[in-house]
Amino acid sequence: MLAAFSDMNWQLIATATLTAVFGVDAMYFAIAAIGLNVQFGYAGLLNFGQAGFMACGAYAIGMTAHYWNISFWWGIPMAIGYATVFGLIMGIPTLRLRSDYLAIVTIALAELLRLIVRSVTFKKYFNGSDGINGFGKTFTEETPFNPSGKYSLWPFDQNANLFGRVMLLLIFSVASVMVGRMIADRLRGPREKLRVILPVVIFALVMLGAKQTEYGGLGFKSLIVGWLVVFVIGALIYMLMRSPWGRVIKGIREDEEAVRSLGKNIYSYKLQALILGGAIATFGGMMFSLSRGSVQPDNYSRDTTFFVLTALVLGGLAKVTGSIVGPMLYWGISQFISVFLFELTQAWGGRVEIFGVPLITSSSQIGAWVQGLLGLMLVLLMVFRPQGLFGNRKEMALDGR
Amino acid sequence: MDAEPLTVNGSADLSEVARVARGALEGVPATPGAGKPDPIMTAVGVRRSFGGIVAVDVDRVEIQRGSITALIGPNGAGKTTFFNLMTGFDAPDTGAWSFNGTSLEKVAAHRTAAMGMVRTFQLTKSLTKMSVIENMKLGATGQRGEKWWNGVLPFRWRAQETAIEARADELLARFSLDHMRDEYAGTLSGGQRKLLEMSRALMTNPQLVMLDEPMAGVNPALKQSLNKHIRGLRDEGMTVLFVEHDMDMVHDLSDWVIVMAEGRIIAEGTPDQISSNTAVIDAYLGTNQGKSLLEDM
Ligand SMILES: Nc1ncnc2c1ncn2[C@@H]1O[C@H](COP(=O)(O)OP(=O)(O)OP(=O)(O)O)[C@@H](O)[C@H]1O
Ligand SMILES: [Mg+2]
Repeated sequence: MLAAFSDMNWQLIATATLTAVFGVDAMYFAIAAIGLNVQFGYAGLLNFGQAGFMACGAYAIGMTAHYWNISFWWGIPMAIGYATVFGLIMGIPTLRLRSDYLAIVTIALAELLRLIVRSVTFKKYFNGSDGINGFGKTFTEETPFNPSGKYSLWPFDQNANLFGRVMLLLIFSVASVMVGRMIADRLRGPREKLRVILPVVIFALVMLGAKQTEYGGLGFKSLIVGWLVVFVIGALIYMLMRSPWGRVIKGIREDEEAVRSLGKNIYSYKLQALILGGAIATFGGMMFSLSRGSVQPDNYSRDTTFFVLTALVLGGLAKVTGSIVGPMLYWGISQFISVFLFELTQAWGGRVEIFGVPLITSSSQIGAWVQGLLGLMLVLLMVFRPQGLFGNRKEMALDGR
Repeated sequence: MDAEPLTVNGSADLSEVARVARGALEGVPATPGAGKPDPIMTAVGVRRSFGGIVAVDVDRVEIQRGSITALIGPNGAGKTTFFNLMTGFDAPDTGAWSFNGTSLEKVAAHRTAAMGMVRTFQLTKSLTKMSVIENMKLGATGQRGEKWWNGVLPFRWRAQETAIEARADELLARFSLDHMRDEYAGTLSGGQRKLLEMSRALMTNPQLVMLDEPMAGVNPALKQSLNKHIRGLRDEGMTVLFVEHDMDMVHDLSDWVIVMAEGRIIAEGTPDQISSNTAVIDAYLGTNQGKSLLEDM
């Protein structure tokens, strides 16, 4: 048994895991999760249709090539326009009612949107279930990266240019300081020292991790741009939530009537939060589509919504850091489980048996195990750390009073 | 505590403003629906029923500007429902009501607050996961930073925020909550939450403050200082309408008393007139027990 572990390709497991932690999936999930956090984490709006908003972004950008024949840059204002309309359709009838109504309507409307874009009837606009390919050529073609090359996020990678290096170092250090301080503030002990030590440790870990990553040159530009988008949007939301606007939004989550009695138009604020969160999510859809050069309707099914929600809850609600780190860990962990089980199966001669019980008999079963184990992990998280990794335990504890 | 001795009807140390307020009410007849010389709020024919129960059925009521008016009545009399109707939190089946001469029909609840009419809730609504000071700052109206596009431009609201914070700190000190400033509101005691809700309401700079049982659950010593604060509001020119079950408190504090029972206004008058009104005593205790309450008061 132990021999099998040493036969496994740990280098590969590490690379695959870390590549996923900083990968495209984590990146576009993080954008969508920041948006969902505005709606659900801060304002308390049960939006189960985030995939619909992401599709608004993906199709806005896809349609610039497929239907309008204009520069893909027009996709950005169009995406925001679509998200606004979509949010209004969701919000106007439901936001005056109890929160459950929004949940039901969002889940239905997002599904409806997916069925419309993949239908034969509207093939002229959305190209049906084939999806849209070959847009944003100017974006993908004007890239400093060699499409067949291999790249890592290590800032001193021989392939990196000066701008990339500076950006990466900047993002890594700011993120390390933010995460490190946040953890330090949660721990008992010599806080002042921890507030210095932890960021340094995390920075070192991130740098080491980044060195292990490996990406193809084709989507590398969208990966870098995507993380920049995460960074910028994250910073904006961080500021917004510390503004008086954010105060009203957080108040609404707790008690609408109280906030209303103080002269705030609750309905309007809820609509704003819903649309803002949706507009942010469109960037997730756009970045994902750009990285693939293709829009596929079935990428925006209910599953996507719930995976984003899972990733957000994992990171912790009502914290910008949580909404970014959550998706990174979600994809890192699921990739780790997947590659680990694959390697284990290989090392044990194509089957995994424990005490004579066959657990895995072919590598096609691994996907189901990944889902199952992720689910189990989430259950354990809810039991032992219901506030998520970065959530605020103190706030959680005030719930019952 | 800075409690002052309880006087029989609170008139021993009446302020100038209070004397004027009581003087203005002197000529008003002690009859339900009596017209006031300078009403800030008027409700006419307001009726609200829940299924078979008529919760509120008020023919006419006026609230005198600059006075402290108590709204009393047995449990289920319709006092809270009346508050909800006046502030737009609930809509009546029929009726008209106005604030400062402006009709409030079809005016949304959040607008009534902006117009200068603020209410608190019988079941305290503190935003438990926000700090006390954040609760307070939420109360200020007309904040530029509450527009989403200004949110990320701190230079557009920083100065206003500082001013709001200073005002909030002042109010917190006045209501003896300053030591809890940075704690979560959820860590406050029930009585402290009442104080927080009231001071938060004052952050809106209201003309009319409607308090639904502000003293419930507040300890006697604090009641005395709350009492002083409420008088202070009137002395600063605000109008106060409050619901209260404690008759001593009502007697001590109010310039005018309105009595509700089963949705209707059954009596109005000065505290002295009300405490000798047999209809009121009947409403509270049933017909034959009136005497004992009379002696109480
Ligand atoms: N939402 C509602 N649905 C049904 N009935 C209601 C509703 N709100 C109030 N009522 C009824 O209306 C009547 C008046 O209630 P209200 O809460 O206004 O009384 P109150 O005078 O504030 O009493 P208390 O002194 O106990 O607070 C009661 O009979 C109550 O049952
Ligand atoms: Mg009541």
